[in-house]
Amino acid sequence: MHKILIIGEHDGKTLNPATAKCVTCAKAIADSEITIALLGADTAGVASQAAAVAGVKAVLRVDRAENAHPLAATFAPQIVALAADYSHLFGPSTSFGKDLMPRVAALLGVPQVSDLMAVESAYRFRRPIYAGNAIVTVEADASRKLVATVRVASFEAAGTGGSAAVDSKSLNVTLPSHTRYVGAKTGSTDRPDLQTASKVVSGGRALGSAENFKLLFSFADKIGAAVGASRAAVDAGYAPNEMQVGQTGKIISPEMYIAVGISGAIQHLTGIKDARTIVAINKDAEAPIFEVADVGLVGDLFQIVPELEKLV
Amino acid sequence: MQKIMVCMKRVVDYNVRVRVKPDGSGVMLDGVKMSLNPFDEIALEEALRIKERVGNIEVLAVSIGVADTQQQLRTALAMGADRAVLVQSDAAVEPLIAAQTFLALVKKENPDLVLLGKQAIDDDANQTGQMLAAIWDRPQATYASKVEINGGKVQVTREVDAGLETIEVDLPAVITVDLRLNEPRYVKLPDIMKAKKKPLEVTSLDTLGVSAGQLIKTVKTDPPPQRQKGVMVKDVAELVDVLKKKGLI
Repeated sequence: MHKILIIGEHDGKTLNPATAKCVTCAKAIADSEITIALLGADTAGVASQAAAVAGVKAVLRVDRAENAHPLAATFAPQIVALAADYSHLFGPSTSFGKDLMPRVAALLGVPQVSDLMAVESAYRFRRPIYAGNAIVTVEADASRKLVATVRVASFEAAGTGGSAAVDSKSLNVTLPSHTRYVGAKTGSTDRPDLQTASKVVSGGRALGSAENFKLLFSFADKIGAAVGASRAAVDAGYAPNEMQVGQTGKIISPEMYIAVGISGAIQHLTGIKDARTIVAINKDAEAPIFEVADVGLVGDLFQIVPELEKLV
Repeated sequence: MQKIMVCMKRVVDYNVRVRVKPDGSGVMLDGVKMSLNPFDEIALEEALRIKERVGNIEVLAVSIGVADTQQQLRTALAMGADRAVLVQSDAAVEPLIAAQTFLALVKKENPDLVLLGKQAIDDDANQTGQMLAAIWDRPQATYASKVEINGGKVQVTREVDAGLETIEVDLPAVITVDLRLNEPRYVKLPDIMKAKKKPLEVTSLDTLGVSAGQLIKTVKTDPPPQRQKGVMVKDVAELVDVLKKKGLI
């Protein structure tokens, strides 16, 4: 039996869908028993969402004032204190999990496998390297605890309907005071979330300005899509960093990805490989984006996008 | 602040399209251009800018890798690092062992700040900085897009999925840097000449008391699945047709 502890991601109110994706990954391991750990100031509401994820056996709440913000230095020693009973510790490959899990692994003195994209056995997995230009099959030592992050774009979220037992844990762990949360600046959340949206409209440098991105927002709102951007567009200041899609931005897997004025650098394609349908609109017929697009249209985005908005 | 240590990795150049060997034993590296990991260059640039602002700081560039990694460390010296240390290892070193190696250097050098890239663009592991901070028992500030030193404290703005987050950490600390922190400077010819005279020490895992080893075995390497070639449409009306047929709009 493999006892898997998933570190749940949440904002105090809502369980991040990345957590239910980690559950799907964990379920792919035969003979597994899944527990979700939630660290926060008050996780009562999030715990009931986690308990409802199908396939979860138990939810552990670790409520403590210091856990109000997910600081890796604060969370990691608490997760280590929970780890004794588990063979596997999983976190999502989001900025939350990528920050936290290696700290946990190192405190446990074990290596980490990053970005699990497929499970071959309890200790054998596939993961991407070189921006997804190669996929390696790796095998970890079964005598050690396995710490891993789960590439969320590779797994569907587990459904609901579960009724896991919720338990509160009080841990006797001294927390460091050397790391303090100051504040956050987050984008508006009226539109669907980029990481979980079924449709995404994304803009590149060809948009030419932040002002012109409004064209994409307007079209995206009409079809209920999230809006993303290439690194070039973010670097140029046309869009904020949280909109970046690609190797070093967000890796997404929507039903439809519409790339507007994006040439398709390898690093960008890494972020959209798992999209079901890729649509490319670009004035350069030779742009590499057309090599991966399911549907391509060569032309001027400033004419095409408004026309498209009218016709859908 | 007296010393900043920058951890740097030699990787396949950013512009090279990596190909998988037909026998699945790895990727083709023969004759491929090698460079400093771009994120680590940004880390070094930040160290140099802190030095230019604060003054009187030694910037130490360190790496773990094959003997030829000296070339990349010379580039780091040409950019402006004062001194370099190469921990020579012919075998690839996994993140946990890299972190243990950097910790051994930290114990020897006592830096006030360790800077490194958030990930290396070869294994994309995104682990080493966090692991070093953990075993050093010091703060970590990952994915930095802004670093403000203020006495014994640093305020770091981090690029997170929801936007930007700011944290404050006490020194010494580990900071891993993201793309938009700065743009690394170009190296000028006189600097390359000057770099040849700067000290570059070569040591080994053994000397540092770090045991090498393979913790995670790579069984095989495959090329990624290819997408099917798609269709080109001639105008917006046809595009809308295709998307409607696919049930996407």
